[in-house]
Amino acid sequence: MREFAYARPEHAEEAVRLVAAGDAAYLAGGTNLVDLMKLGVARPGLLVDITALGLDFVTELPDGGLRIGAGTRNSDLAASSLVRRGYPMLTQAILAGASGQLRNLATVGGNLLQRTRCSYFQDASKPCNKRNPGSGCPARTGEHHNLAILGASEHCIATHPSDMAVALSALDAVVHVREPDVQRETPLADFYLLPGDRPDRETALHPAALITAIDIPPLPFARRSTYRKIRERASYAFATGSLAAAIDLADGIVRDVRLSFGALAPVPWRARLAEEALRGQPASPEAFRDAAARELAAARPLRDNAYKINLVTAATVQVLSGLSEVTP
Amino acid sequence: MSEASTSSTVVLCVNGTRHRLCLDHRTTVLDALREHLDLTGTKKGCDHGQCGACTVLLDGRRVNGCLVLAISAVGKQIITIEGLGTSSDLHPMQQAFVAQDALQCGYCTPGQICSAVAMLDEVRQGWPSAVTEDVADETIKLDDTEIRERMSGNLCRCGAYVNIVTAITEAAR
Repeated sequence: MREFAYARPEHAEEAVRLVAAGDAAYLAGGTNLVDLMKLGVARPGLLVDITALGLDFVTELPDGGLRIGAGTRNSDLAASSLVRRGYPMLTQAILAGASGQLRNLATVGGNLLQRTRCSYFQDASKPCNKRNPGSGCPARTGEHHNLAILGASEHCIATHPSDMAVALSALDAVVHVREPDVQRETPLADFYLLPGDRPDRETALHPAALITAIDIPPLPFARRSTYRKIRERASYAFATGSLAAAIDLADGIVRDVRLSFGALAPVPWRARLAEEALRGQPASPEAFRDAAARELAAARPLRDNAYKINLVTAATVQVLSGLSEVTP
Repeated sequence: MSEASTSSTVVLCVNGTRHRLCLDHRTTVLDALREHLDLTGTKKGCDHGQCGACTVLLDGRRVNGCLVLAISAVGKQIITIEGLGTSSDLHPMQQAFVAQDALQCGYCTPGQICSAVAMLDEVRQGWPSAVTEDVADETIKLDDTEIRERMSGNLCRCGAYVNIVTAITEAAR
């Protein structure tokens, strides 16, 4: 690991100033960053510890939504009664990720910015267009059974690893960011970039941007919502496919629905085509299957990951049927 | 803590004792315990947060010692397996592991025990888990499925899981 300096400022302005000077990274929980530093994938010369900035809070907004401090530990957010009662899919998504130990360290802001677990990205001895632009992507012909079927490019097929971000995407979360000269709010829908020919660029953020909070707008029907994760062992593994869903029914007709997919794409994948197809339709397993098919029509699977299409279609039918109390 | 320096003199509070150490910033809590304080009860397994052998309590919460930089633990209380009990005065969780034969080689055991102690505290606080049916319910019924899910961050390559679950169930009574 490269040697590094360390600072633990008490004000966000100071933290941003330090990182804006270059060759620096923010340190929050460290569960991903410290590991990537050990692997030689991340090599900052200065770590700016942001755990003294007072970004650890979960509060109710006047409109009934939530504001979550970016430094809130995953376990605290999952245990928040506001989240458990109002947005159960978010608690379930957080608890589906990592382990008890890791969730006690990891923060909400860090979770959004965690890096892909593509094995080529994490191995500094291998080519990887995300880590070393222009070096190539061995995953296309190599180990890709768990990589992207949607939104990928010929340069990169990495998936975004977060469970939490899938629920936040379904909930229309808004990210508050502090940059050197400005503070801005970005909807999560515009936060991530698809890889295209620049897979090294994962967000539209300024290089020194500091996430300070995440807002979740009110969504009464999210009280009946769920997160379903499918993985290769029962616990403590990244998803092969996942979905966050909430549905609002009136007399058996879908009034509104939220659906996001995880582990299928380089970004949390909001299934807007499926949502559109379902609004106004009777809630039925057939309608749920057709909606998933409409979303997944854009899938471009490779040799070993086409199974994800059937996997996530079946999970969508099961989850939406369960929330609607119809028999799949 | 100068911004340019790559090492610092820090005070770490471990098992109630304050230690003044000069540490390279790259030093993790795990390495500080083992290499600088001779507290070798905490084990290095994967060193990447995947096995749980290095689990210690940081301000009462279980964490992976291999992923926490020692300098970021300044001002916090670190409790290791040595701080939970001694051979003449075992912690109830240690007693339960012995009584239930919840180990074979023993390498993962300190991490399992630290993790289990903090896990029971999480249950007492009503924290749900990925297998809790209704996450809004603040009363947790700690059955085998809950214990297995909540302990999934601690691997045991000998496969002593069955007796580990029994030991934790016993200690939880």
